[in-house]
Amino acid sequence: MNTPMPGMGDTKMVIGLGHYLTVSAILLVLGIFGIFLNRKNVIVILMSIELILLAVNLNLVAFSAALADLAGQVMAMFVLTVAAAEAAIGLAIVVIYSRNRGSIEVEDVTMMKG
Amino acid sequence: MNWTLAIPEIVLSCCGMAILLYGVLSRGNAFFMSSMLSVGALLLTGVLVLSTDAGSGFFGLFITDAFSAYIKLTILVAAALSIVMALGYAEHANMQRFEFPVLILLCSVGMLVMASASSLMTLYMGIELMSLSIYVLAAFARDDLRSSEAGLKYFVLGALASGLLLYGISLVYGFAGSMSFDALGAALADPKKVSAGLVTGIVFIVAGLAFKISAVPFHMWTPDVYEGAPTPVTAFMGTAPKVAAMALLVRSLAGPFSDLLGQWQQLIILVSIASMLLGSLAAIGQSNIKRLMAYSSIGHMGYALIGLAAGTPAGIRGVLIYLVTYVFMNSGTFACIIAMRRRGRAVEGIADLGGLSKTDPGLALALAIFMFSMAGIPPFSGFWGKYFIFSAAVAQGMWPIAVIGVLTSVIGAYYYVRIIKVMYFDNAEPAFDARPASLSFVAAASCIFTTFFFLFPAPLVAAADAAARALLG
Repeated sequence: MNTPMPGMGDTKMVIGLGHYLTVSAILLVLGIFGIFLNRKNVIVILMSIELILLAVNLNLVAFSAALADLAGQVMAMFVLTVAAAEAAIGLAIVVIYSRNRGSIEVEDVTMMKG
Repeated sequence: MNWTLAIPEIVLSCCGMAILLYGVLSRGNAFFMSSMLSVGALLLTGVLVLSTDAGSGFFGLFITDAFSAYIKLTILVAAALSIVMALGYAEHANMQRFEFPVLILLCSVGMLVMASASSLMTLYMGIELMSLSIYVLAAFARDDLRSSEAGLKYFVLGALASGLLLYGISLVYGFAGSMSFDALGAALADPKKVSAGLVTGIVFIVAGLAFKISAVPFHMWTPDVYEGAPTPVTAFMGTAPKVAAMALLVRSLAGPFSDLLGQWQQLIILVSIASMLLGSLAAIGQSNIKRLMAYSSIGHMGYALIGLAAGTPAGIRGVLIYLVTYVFMNSGTFACIIAMRRRGRAVEGIADLGGLSKTDPGLALALAIFMFSMAGIPPFSGFWGKYFIFSAAVAQGMWPIAVIGVLTSVIGAYYYVRIIKVMYFDNAEPAFDARPASLSFVAAASCIFTTFFFLFPAPLVAAADAAARALLG
């Protein structure tokens, strides 16, 4: 990384592996909080799950580039495919749930407890 | 390349798709016929598994050895038993749809891939194929609110667990530089290569797998999903996927991560103790027998983890024997639970079993044997499973965890024996409906295994021994 020069326009910063990992960790934490702190809607949970999977993809591709190894990018392809299948199944389950319950509020998912 | 090693998986997935096609194209209800075909496909796959050589294929992504063959056969037997059990259940519950056996077949393909995984990529693909099928199965009774709620809960928490597992995989990949188990094992033999990021990744992977075997603290979904899902699905979820996930945990921890024993052993011991305690204490207050079985399965996974924590071939052998005895006990118990049906309606309360010994002595005897076996009372198979586990732990000097295991099984015996007391000494409730032959078959087969295992333990013990040595060399 070049030394930053205050007041100059030509400051250069290289985006390295650490930056990618940080962004991906932030996305992961956002996704997890989206699932646990969300009190409103099941659809938001589905979005949070996608966010987690995308955080992982970012991680895999960044590592793959840093290691100069293709396995991470192949894995990212698989993850994308599985995420699509997972979203399809998740939405289908939400549809039958809303048909039976008449609501997709998270607070209504309380039929069984203990 | 050596793709012939994967012939059992390829044949099973082709059979699954062919049966799906048959179900779509046939006129009338294809449920019975497709169930029979599915059981046939599982048997065929079993024969193929037995005739597959040991080796490594697909550029090191896929491995077959004595361990994978042992696990695969257990999974196939458990899946076949669940399909047979569903035959008797479906006609009452309006569940006679041919997708059911097909989904179980596809789920079995995923579990077979898990048993043969030798790379983090194969591990993930197998787990996802298994999980996606089970999400659908849990919500299979789609007009029933409880079933769809169970499916929703299992989906949300399962997807979160997969996400964590995947994040762990990405960290391990990044910090160790490879996804293949062989390369990971070679890289981690050098202690200098073990970084904090790598250990974090392993913890994430263990957490994801612990969710699949419903070990504490990742057990929250178990009671709700067990209660809400249709009972044959619960029977299936309680057996085959647990075996597959436990196999994966054993293969990854005892394989590539075996040099980090000191790092993961404490983790597994903590999870195991917490599971045993919760499984035995939380089950005491339950009045629904499916919820009770959920807590019981949490406890059983805790016992099985002791063998893994020991980290020796004897410990792994104990885990493998325990899993087989557990599959038969659990399948038999669920066959008895599915038979609990009064005037066409399923009943699930423990109180509904009152006086069963007078109205249906055969069913009461079978359930009593399963309960004694789960409590670990000799000479039933459950005792021997615990015996092999605890003796392996003691041989490693892990006295405290063995003592905790014995104490929690004593506490657990309270609620198992309470069911026997209700059946034999309480006032008689009205008799259950006549049960279908398929349930009697599953209960009788499991009962024979559970009761007479102690007479002929040698074949199973020898197979488990060979499997454990194949893994640890």
